[in-house]
Amino acid sequence: MNDEIAAPATDRIAIPPETLKMTARDVDVFYGAKQAIEKVSIDIGMDHVTAFIGPSGCGKSTFLRTLNRMNDTIPIARVTGQIELDGENIYDASMDVVQLRARVGMVFQKPNPFPKSIFENVAYGPRIHGLSTSKAELEEIVEKSLVRAGLWDEVKDRLTESGTALSGGQQQRLCIARAIAVDPEVILMDEPCSALDPIATAKIEELIHELRGRYAIVIVTHNMQQAARVSQRTAFFHLGTLVEYGETSDLFTNPQKERTKDYITGRYG
Amino acid sequence: MSNTTEHTVKAFDDDIGELRALVSEMGGLAETAIGDAIHALIRYDLETAARVVEQDDRIDELEAEVERHAVRLIALRAPLADDLREAVAAMKIATVIERIGDYAKNIAKRVPVFEHRVEIEPLSILPAMAQIVSEMVHNVLDAFAARDAEKAKEVIERDEAVDDFYNSLFRALLTYMMENSHNITQSTHLLFIAKNLERVGDHATNIAEMVHFAATGEYLDDRVDVSETFAPEPEEDS
Repeated sequence: MNDEIAAPATDRIAIPPETLKMTARDVDVFYGAKQAIEKVSIDIGMDHVTAFIGPSGCGKSTFLRTLNRMNDTIPIARVTGQIELDGENIYDASMDVVQLRARVGMVFQKPNPFPKSIFENVAYGPRIHGLSTSKAELEEIVEKSLVRAGLWDEVKDRLTESGTALSGGQQQRLCIARAIAVDPEVILMDEPCSALDPIATAKIEELIHELRGRYAIVIVTHNMQQAARVSQRTAFFHLGTLVEYGETSDLFTNPQKERTKDYITGRYG
Repeated sequence: MSNTTEHTVKAFDDDIGELRALVSEMGGLAETAIGDAIHALIRYDLETAARVVEQDDRIDELEAEVERHAVRLIALRAPLADDLREAVAAMKIATVIERIGDYAKNIAKRVPVFEHRVEIEPLSILPAMAQIVSEMVHNVLDAFAARDAEKAKEVIERDEAVDDFYNSLFRALLTYMMENSHNITQSTHLLFIAKNLERVGDHATNIAEMVHFAATGEYLDDRVDVSETFAPEPEEDS
């Protein structure tokens, strides 16, 4: 389907400039000689949740990781093209990567709390970024973050207990609280529910819904029903290319590309 | 977009195939019911008329079956894109076919009225009208089975002929009623029968719109006005 690749993949989306948060243009990612991402261009808006879907190995997680330069940690990874956050090139030499990752936070597939207290898990980021001047202020940030992450009521009486003692779903919400604590603009979530049971998943989805609008949220998910439930815009990746990007309701009811349709209806392969 | 590939989960294909088969069976019964009802009317065949009334129960059962099947498919398979549109369309089409069955039944129920039949000309036009609406029902279900949006559009285009038939029957029956008041009872029944056939044509048109949506994901922009037939307004009588 060469015609599909030639057409601008972002055709069906018009993001008003005032809500535009991140833009990617002609992004290629190589792992050594192998090209993992090919000419991906996409706009990420502030006022909605964007879902990346696609089969394993399609490049959706790789692309997600370019958005806060997480691929920098992989020595053989090389990124070309342009990615901007509020019009600022994030791959520019002057970009402070630590600052960038505070602005563009990330939540991973497997909850990864630090082996420290619940309080410390959340307080760590604001402390190293100097976001508080007093203990009281730090406590306030921790409480606010835990409230926003929907975890406060469950942990307020046990803040000194280890973060790793929480259940999987609680740990994931703790990680979201940790990401929120440094007051990010964008939150990237890489399959945040794939290790969780349906109830814990529903809580995260509810949380995503509540956080929407305050942060630009990008979620990678294998679960298409989840993409349909939580996102307003969906991007379908296949073989390292962005095949289709559209309003979630359009993409799941009336996909424009044959490959999208085959994938979402379970005819892939 | 047509489906060239099967689902990875083959049971999904089986479920959708079964849903389509149920809708086809319903459509076939409704189509036959219309033909039989008109046949019974023309020949004064009470036995056939009774059978049409009786078999409508089967159409009603099938409607419930389609609904159960579609709900189950949506719950268990979480269909998306064309699969979802097809499941929803199947449910809606089943409701419409059930209505078509009711119209056929209604025609069949009127047959006994024609025991001492006045030979009036409009009666000879009805079979041709019934033929067209039966074909519309037949073709629109073929279009559903084949996910053929073009064929669905062709069905919509034929509805105009049905409306024309109805309008001319309406005028003719009025004339008969005015000429001889003894004709009023039978003419009124014939008018209802013609109206039923005209409604079947409208329903086939509705199904065609659903088929078009299921096949393409696009709504037809120019919805055909289904009510372009005479309402029995007083000025028409004078």
